[in-house]
Amino acid sequence: MQTFIEEFGFIWGAFLATLSLTALSGILALVAGTVLAAFRVSPIGPLRTFATVYVEIVRNTPLTLMFFFWVFVAPAFGFVFPQLGFWPAIVSLSIYTSAFVCEAMRSGINSVGIGQAEAARSIGFTFGQTLTQVVLPQAWRSAIPPLISVLIALTKNTSVAAGFAYTELTASSQRLMNANPVDGLWIFFGVGLMYLVITIPLGVLAGRIEKKVAFAR
Amino acid sequence: MSSESSVLYDAPGPKAIRRDRIYNIVFTLGFLALFGYLAYRMYQNGIFDERWLVLTDPPKGQSAGDVWHSLLARGLVATLTAAAIAAPIALLIGGSLSVVRRGATGRVLSGSAAVTTELARGLPVLLLMFLAKLVFGWSPLWSVVFGLVVYNAAVVAEILRAGLAALPKGQREAGLSIGLSPMRTTVLIELPQAVRIMLPALVSQLVVLLKDTSLGYIVGYQELLRVVKLNRDYFGDYYLVPLFFVGAIIYILINLSISRLAIWLEGRMRRSKHVAKKDDGSSAMHEGGAEAKRYAANTGYGTGGTPGP
Repeated sequence: MQTFIEEFGFIWGAFLATLSLTALSGILALVAGTVLAAFRVSPIGPLRTFATVYVEIVRNTPLTLMFFFWVFVAPAFGFVFPQLGFWPAIVSLSIYTSAFVCEAMRSGINSVGIGQAEAARSIGFTFGQTLTQVVLPQAWRSAIPPLISVLIALTKNTSVAAGFAYTELTASSQRLMNANPVDGLWIFFGVGLMYLVITIPLGVLAGRIEKKVAFAR
Repeated sequence: MSSESSVLYDAPGPKAIRRDRIYNIVFTLGFLALFGYLAYRMYQNGIFDERWLVLTDPPKGQSAGDVWHSLLARGLVATLTAAAIAAPIALLIGGSLSVVRRGATGRVLSGSAAVTTELARGLPVLLLMFLAKLVFGWSPLWSVVFGLVVYNAAVVAEILRAGLAALPKGQREAGLSIGLSPMRTTVLIELPQAVRIMLPALVSQLVVLLKDTSLGYIVGYQELLRVVKLNRDYFGDYYLVPLFFVGAIIYILINLSISRLAIWLEGRMRRSKHVAKKDDGSSAMHEGGAEAKRYAANTGYGTGGTPGP
């Protein structure tokens, strides 16, 4: 308890680091994942194949392996980050999360009634118009709960950055636990609470939206 | 693929077929050019030079057998060991939690089961592993197992809860009406059916568990990724690419085959008539149906694939 209070400034900085990782890679993954989802339902074969292969590979790769690639392996390919820590974490988390965003979006697209797309087509909309003006606005709604679940997973996944030279919440707890093993349990509860402060409101929000969407159907 | 997405665009006429063919060629060429360029860049960086010999004829007086032995017999076996210990324990605890949450008559008992699952689900697995390692002072293997068990037990409990909620009400009523206690109704009547409905989600969760064993790399457990790193430390950074390549292929192949198993199970289940059907229609069931869908969407597989009503 003592340590947690004394070191609160340090932990607060780490909390902000976790938040910024979550926010930035969340936005990037959202954009990339939406584009991938559009690829996956597009009429153009090569785009579908590309998105499918990308999602299958990324989803079956451990996140630690992804971090390992960008930190240790990428330099051999000529990609060198100006500094370790933040940017490799952002790249790894964005790529990893985009595959899950794509799947959430795709399930949202599939949940839109067939009649909607048929109606759009019957008044002469092209694929692009059908997707952007009729299907996606509705798909978004039912995709939001799974997207929030993806975001919750992302919040927890930022902890992997602790193993690759970035001091976020889990890395800070590791350092404090090492220095004060007696206070370890309190540090764990304190840091755990800071994760829950992010994840539980998101979960509640997802539940609310889910109920609303359920009524709208 | 085509059956679920073709609703978004018309069956192509002669003009559209011609246009699509052009798009196909253009994008295929585009991707080929992109990959060709990337391969060329790799070639220029020397990715395809004699560093691959580390897999067949490694330097420093080691034999290829030594390298492969370390990767497979040490690394892969350690990865699979952690998963094989953690998976059954997580299943057992998760199953018990879901049963207590549904079957217990006391509010306190079922409430505390609910709180436990929520908390365990909201914490990063790595933080749990650090707790076991640095505070409890456990060995790396058991720290990894601890993290995997706590998190996955909570997720299994949630999956089974969704399965239990999706069962037709009559199942529970029938159990109670023949004089079984609520707990025994849950265990004997509902749980077996819930497990069957949620089997694809449970198998998909196995992929998550297996992927998370790689967090052992960070807490000092010598699993596959750590062995790749140790080999690189021994042979030098020059040889990292082929070693990493082998590790990545192993992970992806194992996970892909488990994912395929989940998809196959789900397809089989949809065709089978013996499974209690999830009933999305009635309002009492909707919660469960939605929950099951959310899980399916999360893990990427499952009922989310079918188009809506």
